[in-house]
Formats: sequence, structure tokens, C-alpha cells
Amino acid sequence: MSALVFDVSHLLAGSLVLMSFVLLYQDRLPSLINTFALQSLLLSLAIGWQAQAQGAPHLLVTAALAIVLKAILIPMVLRRLVRSLGIHRTIETVVGIGPAMLAGMALVALAMALMLRVTAAANIFAREDLAFALSVVLLGLLVMVTRRNAVSQVIGFMSLENGLVLAATGAKGMPMVVETSVAFSILIALIVIGIFLFRIRERFDTVDVAALDEFRGDRQ
Amino acid sequence: MIIAALLASVALLLGISLVALAVAGRRQAGVVVYGATAVACAVAVAAAAVGLAGNQAIEFHLPIGLPWTGAHFRLDALSAFFLIVVNLGGMSASIFGCGYGRHEIAPQRVLPFFPAFLAGMNLVVLANDAFSFLLAWEFMSLMSWALVMSHDREPDTARAGYIYIVMASFSMLALLLAFGILAGPDGNYAFDVMRAHGAAQGSAAIVFSLVLLGAGSKAGLVPLHVWLPLAHPAAPSHVSALMSGVMTKVAVYAFIRIAFDLMGPLDWRYSVIVIGLGGVTAVMGVLYALMQHDLKRLLAYHTVENIGIIFTGLGLALAFRANGLTAAAALAASAALFHVFNHSVFKSLLFFGSGAVLASTGTRDMEKLGGLIRVMPRTATGFLIGAAAISALPPLNGFASEWLTFQAIFLSPALPQWGLRFLAPAVGAMLALAAALAAACFVKAFGVTFLGRPRTPAAETAVETDSMSLAAMFALAGLCVVAGIVPGFFTNALGTVSHMLTASEMPHQALVALGTPLLPSLGNPNSYSGLMVAGLLLLAGTVTYLAVRTFANVATRHSLAWGCGYPDTSRNSQYSAESFAQPIRRVFGTLAFDAREEVFMPPPGDVGAAKIHVTLRDPAWDLLYAPPASAVAFIADRLNVLQFLTIRRYLSLVFLALVLLLTVLALWV
Repeated sequence: MSALVFDVSHLLAGSLVLMSFVLLYQDRLPSLINTFALQSLLLSLAIGWQAQAQGAPHLLVTAALAIVLKAILIPMVLRRLVRSLGIHRTIETVVGIGPAMLAGMALVALAMALMLRVTAAANIFAREDLAFALSVVLLGLLVMVTRRNAVSQVIGFMSLENGLVLAATGAKGMPMVVETSVAFSILIALIVIGIFLFRIRERFDTVDVAALDEFRGDRQ
Repeated sequence: MIIAALLASVALLLGISLVALAVAGRRQAGVVVYGATAVACAVAVAAAAVGLAGNQAIEFHLPIGLPWTGAHFRLDALSAFFLIVVNLGGMSASIFGCGYGRHEIAPQRVLPFFPAFLAGMNLVVLANDAFSFLLAWEFMSLMSWALVMSHDREPDTARAGYIYIVMASFSMLALLLAFGILAGPDGNYAFDVMRAHGAAQGSAAIVFSLVLLGAGSKAGLVPLHVWLPLAHPAAPSHVSALMSGVMTKVAVYAFIRIAFDLMGPLDWRYSVIVIGLGGVTAVMGVLYALMQHDLKRLLAYHTVENIGIIFTGLGLALAFRANGLTAAAALAASAALFHVFNHSVFKSLLFFGSGAVLASTGTRDMEKLGGLIRVMPRTATGFLIGAAAISALPPLNGFASEWLTFQAIFLSPALPQWGLRFLAPAVGAMLALAAALAAACFVKAFGVTFLGRPRTPAAETAVETDSMSLAAMFALAGLCVVAGIVPGFFTNALGTVSHMLTASEMPHQALVALGTPLLPSLGNPNSYSGLMVAGLLLLAGTVTYLAVRTFANVATRHSLAWGCGYPDTSRNSQYSAESFAQPIRRVFGTLAFDAREEVFMPPPGDVGAAKIHVTLRDPAWDLLYAPPASAVAFIADRLNVLQFLTIRRYLSLVFLALVLLLTVLALWV
């Protein structure tokens, strides 16, 4: 295995983590969606590189699925959603951007410390990929936790799923059917969530999830 | 072939329960369902008897259940014997149900579950891998729970059902863990594999305590007995008979199967726990029973007592076996197994009797009954035979098996361990105490219910029960007499089972003449001839009768029963169950139940009634069940807050939990 192969895959996976940080930093919905699209594009590149490095052509299908679904279709739908809901305004982050970034760094450190130690015996590709993937998953969760807007929570969820796909493709021999089914379940989740968003707005005139809390009888 | 017949009868039972679902509302559905169930059970009894006589382990594999594993079944001497107990009980309960079921208010809540319950018990006994065993065990528990809940509108039924399902889940959990450890790291759940490698040295103690907890809570070992006296009386009476007489035996089977068969040779120290628990269970069970004035609850507590006797026998068998005294082990094991059979017979009989009383008078409270022997003479006869049998009076079967248990205790000086040498006679004394108290308890139960004068109009206007119920009762009463007079026939039949458990058996009883006495072990000077005792009793009875007829004062004198010489006309001033139990409560109650009596005497001039108020506390409940229950309630109360969080907070909780776990992993690995 040449050093270049490893370096490129390292670079691509690392830039996925970087995109997660960018996601964390965005405070407007359109740019959040754009960043997500970029992350998905990088994901598909990473998968494509893995396909080449592992010599597993079926990963190319996964990469194509990632481009079509995540880099193009989902961001497009989300952009239309945001426009039709009329929420181009600033995102209210619950935690300030500074603390969120610090927390994100701590999470990445945790993911690295854990994964590199747990997978000491594994293939070096898988090790790096798993560590980055766990970072992406944790950062996605952090996005979900620190935002109040339902659309940005959806994006957090989708980015979390990017991390899962990265982990799945990094491990050699993952059957194709797993990735395909994950991709389609994400699509279905998008449809369901989209419908829900409209329903929520119809009822509450906002997609701020705090409105739901009031409905549940929560007083905080 | 035999096992196929058994499985076919199980399938038939399941089929009947499906049919019952459809037809339960019809008028004659009860007779059809119970009749068909009785036939299925009769087939199973016959097949199991052939299996017991054949004494071969037959295995059978069905490709249902877990994929690649399927369900394994096995018929050996032990399971054949317990199948006979289960299906004999099932058959008699079905025959009784043909008549008794007509009093059922909502038959559609009983009929579908009754055959399914029996099928579940059969499958537990037949199972040959842990998965099938646990599945059948849970099925049996759930079906019996449904039957307990069939009269859900009655007070206390909901509480009984709740406690029962908690205890059933607990026993399931304990057995699940026990099998998990027995299966070992390879995770092979077939009994054959477990039997081959036995329990590992380090884990044997854990497996044994889990089995004792799991099977013991189902069987009713003190202090795990609390659900029995609640759940057994709540069910319809023929189901009570099955739960008390048969399902507790299935739990005994589970204990024997795992502790004697699957775990391999066990250290003698384990037997100390079993013998001690058996003795405590016997005495506490009968003391609880004495304090009860609810007929069915009293019987349920007596089940606890008899389970204590059975476990004492099993514990002795473990002790003898661990020391290589196989003949003594065989005697103890045979005594326990014989008592399993006997108890299932007379406990079913007694529950049938109480069911007939309940159907006829509408109450189980003994203080509201009385004088029933005049209106229900046949039921009274059947109940009397059952009461004499459970009180271990010769020449009935209860005496035969308890006598054998005592013979096993008498062999305990041969044991090398001093602890056991002291413990066994002490437990023997406890069993003797329990037997005497049981006799007192049934004097109370029979005397207050059937003798004296009726205490309420309901008891006065009661009518004799139907012929099917009586047929079931008399069949069981006949079995009590036969097993008491020719116990040798039964101990011979148990030889193969005992051989399987202890590698030895009781001396074969020559049955050339019915009167041949029962020999517990070779070289033992004691023996018991049921026929001779029966003959002597008959002779003494005849002589007494003739003497009374000939020499007694011929002038007839009318006076009141239980009148104590006072010509009181009030029925409520008769000797009551409460007054009968009072001396015993004064002796044991303060120690065992923290009994308190408060007497209220009205001051001079006050015309109000004097009152006596008795409070009893159940130590097992106060010490063992109440603290965890209140702790759970407290924690649940605190955790209630979590129900009203915002979505984001739920997400944060999940996130924090994940990060926490990852951190732990990162620090730990």
C-alpha cells in the first residue's frame, strides 16, 4: 500500500470531520444546507477512494448513491422546504458557537483516543476511518443537541448518518445491501420528516421545536 | 412412538384451546372442552405410564422454534413420572370441570386457557433444551396467570394477579440466568450437552442458588411463597387444584432436572440449604394455614407445607448421594417423589371439595359455613378422606410417603458430616411438628366447615354437588386409599426414576400378597403394612361400633353439637375457626407472625359490645418484599420527572449517555 493511498483517504475522511465543524459553526439555514451538501460530496469522494483502494467496485455504487441522494437530492429538497417555510432567518443556537466548538473538539479527541486504542489490531485504513467516522457521528449529535430549529436538527441527523456510512465503507467486506438499505431509509426519513415539518408549522406557525415542548405541557 | 403420542396429546390440548376460543360462548361448550381435555390427558397418562415402565430415554426433535436448533424433547423415567402426575391431575380436574364449569359466570375466560395451561406443563416436562424449556415455562406461567385473572372483578384478584406475574417473571429470570451459566461459554442450550459437562466448579454455587430461587419461587418455598395463597384461591377451583397440586410439582421437576440431572455430582454443602429450607417451609406453611379461615387459601398454604416436606426429602437425597450412600439416597428420593404424587392427588381432591362448597354456598369463608355434612354428605366424605390423607393418617397415602421421609431421616446418622447429622434430626422434628399442626388444621377445616350447625342461611340451604364433580372426587379419594394400602406398587414404579437420580433404588417390594409390608431399605427393622393397618382400623372401628351399640345408654339424648353443655340457641356462639386456632396462635403466633391481640372491654355502664382485635404480620412480606417495593416506588417517583422533558433534552440525555459510555470505554480499555 503506497503512502499516497493512505494519505488521500486520510485527507478525505479528515475533511469530513472539518465539514462537521463548519456545520457546527453555521448560523443560517441555507449555508447549513450547503455545508451538508459539501460534506456529502466529500463523503462520496471518500467512498470512491475506498473503492479504489480496497479494490471493491460495489463501493462505487454507494458513492454514486451518496452523490445523488445526499449531495444533490436531499439538499435540494431541504432548500425548497426552507424557502417555502420562509425561514431564512438566523438560527437560534442554544449553546453559543464558542462553547459548541470547544465541545466538538473534546468529542473528536474522545473519538480518537477511544477508536485508535480499541482497534489496535485492525487494518490501518479501518482504524483511521472508524476514528473519523465516530467523530462525525458525535458532532452530528452535537449539532442536533445545540439547535432548536427542526430543519437544522434534520441536518444534524443526516450528517450523523454520513458518519455511519463512512464507518461502514471503511470496514472491508461490508455487504452492499447494508449501505443501500441505509441510504434508502435515510431518504424515507427525509420524506417523513419533511411531512412532519409542514404539519408542525401548520399547527404551530413555527418549526421551532420549543413550540412542541409547550404543547407537551412543559414549562421551563 | 411413545413420545410422539405424548406430543400429539399436547398438540391436541393446544387444538382444544383454539376450538374453545371459538365455541366458548355456546351452552354445552364446557362439557365438550373439558371432556376432550380429559381424553387428551388420559392418552398422555397411558403413554407416560408405558414410558415409565419401558425405562428408556427416548429423544425427539421437531424443526420448530429457533432456526437451526429446533425443539428437542426427551422422555426418560423422571419426565415420564412427572407427566403422569401432570396429566392425572389434568384428567381429574377436567372431569371435575365438566360439572363445576357450569357455575362459571364467564366460561370464555376459562375454557381456552385451561387446555393450553396443561399443554404448557406437559411441554416443560418434555423439553430437552433450555430454550424449549423456558418457552414452555413462560407459556405455563402466562396461561395460569390468565386463569387467575378470570374472575377479575372480585376483590383482591387484581392484586393476586399482579404479585403472581411479578413472581413468575422473577422465577423465569432466575432460571434463564441459571441455564445461561450452565450452557457455558459455548452457549449450547441442549440438555444433553449440559449433562455431559455438568456445572463448572466455580459457577455451581451460583447456578444452584438461581435454580433454588427460580424453581423455589414457583413451587412456594418460604420465603418465596407469597404469591401462592393469593393466586391459587383466586382461580376457579379446578384450576386452583391444577396450580396447587400440579404446577408446583412442575417446579419440583425443574429443580430435580437441573440439580440432580444436569448439574452432575454436587457437594454435600448444597444439601444443607435444601434440607433447612424444606424444614422451615413445612413449619411456616402449616402455621400460615392455621391462621387462615378462607378454605381455599388454607389449602394453598398447605401446599407450601407439603413442598417443604418434598424439598426435605430431596435435600436428604442430595446429602446421601454426595456421600455415596446410594441406598439411603434412593429412599429419600423415592419418598420425595412419592409425596409429589400423593400431594397432587389429595390436594386436587381437597380443592375439588372446597370448589363444591364454594359453588354451593357462594363463600370460602369457613366462619360463614358449618353443618354441610348434612346437606352435602358425599362432598363431606371426599373432603374427609383428603383431609385425613394430607394429615398423614394411616392407612392413607400421605402417611406412606411421610413415613418414608422419616425413615430417610433415621438413616442420617450414617452421614459423615456432623452438620448434617445434627440438621437432619432437627428438621425431622420440624416435620413432625408440621404433621401434627397439619392434622390440627384439618380438624379445624373439616370441623368448622362440615360439622356443627350452619352459621348462615347460605350454608343451611346448600345442596349436594353434581355427579361429575363427585366422580372426580371419589376417583381421587380411591387413589388416596389405594396408594396408602399398597404403597409398594408405587415405590416399585418409582424405582427407575430413583435409579436415574441416585444410581440406586429402594428394595423391590414383593407384591405377591397385598399385605406384604413396605421395606424402606435393606437391613432396616422398620416396615409398614398398609393393609394390616387398614384391617386393624376396620376391626377396631367395628368393635367400637358394636360395643357402643350394645353397651351404651339406649336412652337417646338430644343436645347441640359443639354446645359444650350450654343449650345456647345462637348459631354464632359455636366453636369457630378463630377460636380453634387461638391456642396455637398464642403459642407460635407471637414469634412467627408478631401476633398482637387487642381486647376492648366497654367500661361499666357502656352497653357497647366487647371486642377483640387480632393483628398478624407476615415476616416474609415485611422483611423481604416491602423494602424493595418501597424502594422501587421511591425511585420511580423520582424518575417521573423524566417523562416531561423537552425533545432537545431527551436528545441531550441520549448524547450525554453515549459520551459517558465512550469515555468509560476510553479510560478502561
